[in-house]
Parts: sequence; structure tokens; C-alpha cells
Amino acid sequence: MKKKLYYFLKKYEPLFTKGGRFEQMAPAYNAFYTFLFTPEYTTQKGAHIRSAVDLKRVMIIVVMALIPALIFGIWNTGHQYYIQAVEAGLEQNVTWLDEFLLGLKKVLPLIIVSYVVGLGIEFYFAIKRGHEVNEGYLVTGMLIPLIMPVEIPLWILAVSVAFAVIFGKEVFGGTGMNIVNPALVARAFAFFAYPSTMSGNQVWVPFADKYDAISGETILGMLAQGKQVPWSWWDMFVGTIPGSVGETSFLMIMSGALLLLFTKVGSWRIMIPGFLGGIFMGLLFNLWGANALMQFPWWQHLLVGGFAFGIVFMATDPVTAAQTRLGKIIYGFLIGMFAILIRVLNPAYPEGMMLAILLMNVVAPTIDYFVVEANVKKRMKRKLKLNKQTA
Amino acid sequence: MISLSSFVENIIQEHSMKIRVKRGLNLNLKGKSKPVSDPFPSPSRYAVKPIDFVGIAPRLEVGEGDHVNAGDVLFYSKYQPQIKFTSPVSGKVKEIVRGRRRVILRVVIEADETISYKSFNPVADNADTILNTLLESGIFSFIKQRPYDIVPNPEEKPKAIYVRGYDSSPLAPDYDFALKGEEAMLQKGLDLISKLTDGKVYTIVKDGVQTLFHNLKNTELIEVSGPHPAANPSVAISRTHPIVQGERLWVVDPWTLVFIGRLFENGQLDLTKKVAFAGGVFKEPKYYKLIAGAYLKDGLSPLLKQTQDIRIISGGPLTGTNITEDGFIGLEDNVVTVLKEGKEARLFGWLPFIGTSRKTVYRLNFDWFSNKEMDLDTSLHGEERAFVMTEEMEEVFPFDIFPAHLLKAVLTEDVDNMERLGILEVVPEDFALIDYISSSKIEAQHIIRKGLNQMMVEIG
Repeated sequence: MKKKLYYFLKKYEPLFTKGGRFEQMAPAYNAFYTFLFTPEYTTQKGAHIRSAVDLKRVMIIVVMALIPALIFGIWNTGHQYYIQAVEAGLEQNVTWLDEFLLGLKKVLPLIIVSYVVGLGIEFYFAIKRGHEVNEGYLVTGMLIPLIMPVEIPLWILAVSVAFAVIFGKEVFGGTGMNIVNPALVARAFAFFAYPSTMSGNQVWVPFADKYDAISGETILGMLAQGKQVPWSWWDMFVGTIPGSVGETSFLMIMSGALLLLFTKVGSWRIMIPGFLGGIFMGLLFNLWGANALMQFPWWQHLLVGGFAFGIVFMATDPVTAAQTRLGKIIYGFLIGMFAILIRVLNPAYPEGMMLAILLMNVVAPTIDYFVVEANVKKRMKRKLKLNKQTA
Repeated sequence: MISLSSFVENIIQEHSMKIRVKRGLNLNLKGKSKPVSDPFPSPSRYAVKPIDFVGIAPRLEVGEGDHVNAGDVLFYSKYQPQIKFTSPVSGKVKEIVRGRRRVILRVVIEADETISYKSFNPVADNADTILNTLLESGIFSFIKQRPYDIVPNPEEKPKAIYVRGYDSSPLAPDYDFALKGEEAMLQKGLDLISKLTDGKVYTIVKDGVQTLFHNLKNTELIEVSGPHPAANPSVAISRTHPIVQGERLWVVDPWTLVFIGRLFENGQLDLTKKVAFAGGVFKEPKYYKLIAGAYLKDGLSPLLKQTQDIRIISGGPLTGTNITEDGFIGLEDNVVTVLKEGKEARLFGWLPFIGTSRKTVYRLNFDWFSNKEMDLDTSLHGEERAFVMTEEMEEVFPFDIFPAHLLKAVLTEDVDNMERLGILEVVPEDFALIDYISSSKIEAQHIIRKGLNQMMVEIG
């Protein structure tokens, strides 16, 4: 079977190599081929032996880390609708399977649209530029549906994805060259271009716009309006609260975080200072305590909204984060701080994670600059000292 | 009463320093050479390869058909005619092989049955006469200058000299075994070379292991511990004498000191040494005694499990040169590695936690807890990509330098920034592990070599 598949692919390879009929389509063929088989390339220069880790393996770990949050998010999407629907008498005798299936019906189209549109554009650029299709979108394509409200219209999602891939990534030269996290570009685009589909109390729970009885307000939205929060900390921890598809369950996000940290694919130098920054800011506001958001306990700030999801999966994106070890620690800490700061002090918008990460993405090169310059200064001092001795 | 040996030990301890390296990676490869040595079945041909010496433009002194003695000049450096390259054996110049644009790839010598030596009359009076003898005999070209990792400029005095008494790279030779019996010549070479610097001669040794280097006089020991690249001279240099632009340091390997000792003892250029033969393809990896530059292919075949789909490397698996084609061991290499060529296409090779186990900085396989021997082939295991996972580089890079930033400065040919970011303090071998672990399959050693070459041209 394996051999047959291999020879089948090899049979058509000449069509895509130089001089072949579909020469231009080579990146598409290669992407498909290398998905099935590792290419038989051997080392040509430098070290003769190489580790078995390539970007495909690294990216697939991140996708694996997202799966618990994804599966829980699918179930929770249905669950949020049915608990309210049953209460209002719209539905009866609901099992967890019904909840999961409804969630699947709602979330699966988001994932499909994200991958089809995003990968389509990636393939187009790869073929146009004659370079290989990069693995980066495997992760971005999964992140985007997880940070969107479930009721976002599919066409808005498609437009956001297209905007993110083209203007968030490809204009800079593709994976590895982008300044800001492309998944967040998609969210920010949708948020500023179509604000009514990205906030308020009608988008976070399925059919909330259809039935008056179903309300989809997030915890942060309620706090911003000074309302009483009906959920316990346990709900927030497990994730049975309304919110973007993948962001609600602290528990599931943390199990993904453990995988990232254990495999060393995710950087603890960003995650841990990130949480510490959030705790620090939360404590400060608790001491101040001027309104409901400020009084909200610091440790519950970590459980609600996109905080945990952002720190674990978005801030740790190695391309847009700071590149130096010390820089990463500063970068992570500031993201945590700014997320809570924006969340509490910005009256127009009760969630700060997206803006905090986008802001720090832009600042990250500056942090690195100062860290690297400190290192350079040491070196230049040695040079100066030597020149003085010899002079 | 204090015994003499403990007295000596005290002195040695006073005159040694310790370096502990934390960042790095030890690769436990299959096919380590056993401490047994045999003579290598006598090769009929030898070669000197100008391309092994970075930055040397060779001018030939001999033509095809000429007869040379061991120690006769084959070619010299066009820009520094004092730097000479000599024949390791006596015989007829069989062929001068040229590559593209008529670059001289190698000068091949058909060896005589018994070697006749050119006789040098070495005078070890002062630094000048020693230096001249080294230049005449060609041994000088075995010395490496920092920065740049090239043959030094003989007119510049080094501030210090570093001897590689320990090699931490995978499948590296154990010098304590290989040099047994050569202690006297080693000491003699050390005494002589120490006259060429006003500074110290440091010897890098493994911490906690008593070796023949511990008995050497006239040198300061640097005891290193930790994972590879702990024993790279750059590590010791960065901790003792960080290089600044304009400074010159020398690095020598212990066999070069032995050759110097023999030269001044017998007046002959005798490049006989014990070379480690290592790698999973050998039936029985061990040491072989041979003369530098020997043709290996004929003698190698019976020692191997397979002769097809293999790669013969002069040097270690991380830094060596592919000699599958020409078959001559490089003059300066102390190990010959033979690996399988990795031509297998694996189905769904990107799946983590299954398939090939190759230790790296990530835990993507069930090998982080075991340290079992790995039989690695030459597969690249992926394709080249842009820089993405830049933090991985620092995991195996024990210098106060930002490797990703430095590599990017080289790629953008930004000479000013290269120097500011510390390129003078490193050589390609320090980036060998970055080659190995890189998930974007970045050719870091190649990039750094290019950067150093550019620095040489533009700054010097």
C-alpha cells in the first residue's frame, strides 16, 4: 500500500519538475507529496546528520495542543444554547450528544472556511512566487475559528481570513517574515470592520439573535455593564460559559499548554511571565477596586475571556514574539499586564487580549533591540579597552 | 612528608581553570571507535587538497611526473608565499586534479615503497628559527588562527595558543588513547610552539578524567565539562580571552604538536598518526595508524558492512567533509566517519512520537529519557524553511552571542552588525549543532563561513 502510493506519486513527479507540463504547479505537488512522505533529501553541506524535527512536526504539535480546547469548544457551543433553550421551554430531553452535534454543525463550517480560504491563498502565493508552501497556516487556520464568536457569518470569516493571510503575512514575505500574528489580524479585521458581529450579546451563543429567550452575553460584557455574574469560578475553570469557540475552558487550554511546554515547542519564557503579568495587574486593580471590573478577583481574570488562550497559543507564536530569551520574558509579562489593563480600563471594549498581543507584536523588535544592544555594548567595551592598551 | 606527585598535583591544580557548559547537546551515536589500533593497509596514493584550507590560493611548485620527498613543497599560498604545503610521503606526482574554473582540487602522489624524507636542519634557538622551520616543513599550515579559522598570517604573533586536548563532538577520537606513546614528542612540540607567543599556551582537557595531557608541562590546563560543544576552543577562548577585532589567537590540535616534536627531533616531516574510524557502517570501529592524506577507499571496503549507499566523511559527522568521491582523508582530520545515505521516504514523517528517534532539543519522540545509541543516516528530514523556531538555537549555543541575530546579519551581508554581534568570536564548528537541531533546516555553518569570509575581505 505504502509502496503503491509512493510509486503512484513518483509516476507523476516529472510533470511538475523543471520542463514538465505543470512546472509552475510544483509547490502544490511538493506540498501534497511532503504531506504524505518525508522528502528523500540528504544533507549537502554543513552537518551530515540532522534531527528528525522539521516545521511540519513542530506545527502539528501546536495543532494537537489545540484539540482539547477545540473539542470542548464544540460541545460547549451546543451546551450554551441548550441550557437556555431548555429553561425557556424551546427544547426538551437534551443529551450531551445533541449538544455536541449542534456544536459540530456550528463550528465545523468555520474550520472548513478558514482552511479552504487560507490554504487556497497560501497555495496561490507559493505557486506565484515559486517557493514551497509553508506549514504556518496549519496552526493559523485552526486558531482563527477558535477565537471567533460562533455566530459570525461565514462570508465575514472568509473575508477576514483572506485579509489576514494577504496583509498579515504574504505582503511581508510569508511564514517567518510577518510582524503580527495573522490569526489575530483576522480577528482584529472582523472586529473593526464588522463590530456588530464580533461583540454584544447576540453572537456568542447559537441562535441568540433568533430567539429573545437566548442571551449570549460574556462574563466580561456583564462586568463592564456592572451586572451580576451568574457563573461560579468552577464554570469558568471548566469552561461552561459563553465566549469565543475555543477560549472558554481554562482546563482544556492548560492541557494544551502542558503539551507545548513538555515538548518544548511552546516557550515557558513567554507563558509563565504572561500569567504573572496578568496576576500583577489584576492584584493592582483589586486594591483599587473602583468598579465591578476592578473588583473582579485577580485569579478569575485568568480564567475568563481570551486571556489563557491568548497567552498559551497566540503570544507564544515564535515568529511574532521577541526573539531573545530575556526579551521573551519582558514581552510575555507586558502582554499579561496590558491585557488586564485594557480589559478593565477601556470602556468601549471589555476584552483586551487581542489588542495587548497585537501591540506587543509590534513592540517586540524594540524589546529585542535593547536586549541585543546591551550585549553589543559589552563587546564594544572590550574593543575600546584593547584599543586603549595598544595605543 | 609531601610526596613529589601530590606536590606536582598541587601545582597543576593551581594552574588550571574549570569551565562548566550548560547549553549544548550530546549525541550518542552508534559506532564509536574502540581503543584498539591497527596499521591501515598501506595506501598507494596520497593527496594534499588546497580546498581544505580556507582562503588559500595555491601556486603549484611541482608538475605531473615530478618526484618529491616527504617534506618537499607541492604548492604555496599565492598571497603569502611563506606559507607552504608539503608532501606527506615521497613519490611521483601522479595527477593534479582540477575542478570548475580550473580550481586545484588536489595534488595526488603515487607513494614510493619506502619513504625517503627531505632532511630539515631544525634550529630551535629562537622564535624566528622555529617559525621558519614550521613554514618550510608545511606544518605551519596545520595551525588555525582565530578569528576566521584560517591558516594564520606568519607575521602576526598570537596572543595565546589553545591546544585541543579533548573533543566533545559525536564520534570524536579519544586523544588520550590515540596519542599514547607520543608523550615525549607532544611535550617537545608544546615547548617549541610556546616560544611563538608572548602569552600562555592553554590545553583543553576533560574535567574529572586523568589524561596524558595532565602530565604536560609548560601549559595551563582548561578543564571543561558539560555537553558538546563544551570542548570547542571557542568556548574556552570566550571564557579566557574573548577575541576583539585585530587580535590573533592560534588553535592547534595535539597531532600537530607531535609532528612539530618529530620534526625537531629527527629533522623529518613524519605525518603518521592514529585516526579514529567511526560510524554505524563499520564492522568493528577502531583506530588505524596511517599517514595524513592517505587514499582510504581500497582499504576501507573490507572494513564496512556495506559499500553501496554510504557516505565517507573525513572528520566528524557534524563538521567533516564528504570524501565519498575522491577518497582521500584530509590532512588535518583525526577521524573518518562512514554513515548510511538516508534515501528512504517515510510515510507521514511529520507525525510526532512515532518513527525515527533522533535526540534533539524538543521532546517529540520517546527518546528524551533514554540515551540509547543512535544509528543516524544523512537524511535531511525535511526541507529548508524561513527562521521560525529561533529559540532552539540558543539551547545548544553556549556563548554570550545571539545566534539567530548573527545569522540574519550574515544573510543580509551587514558587515558592521556581524562584528557587533560577535562573529569574530565564533567559527563554523560552533554552529554545527544548530545545523543538526534546526527545524527550519538552516545551514548555519555554511552561513557563518560565508560571513567570516566576507569579514576577512572587508575588515581583515
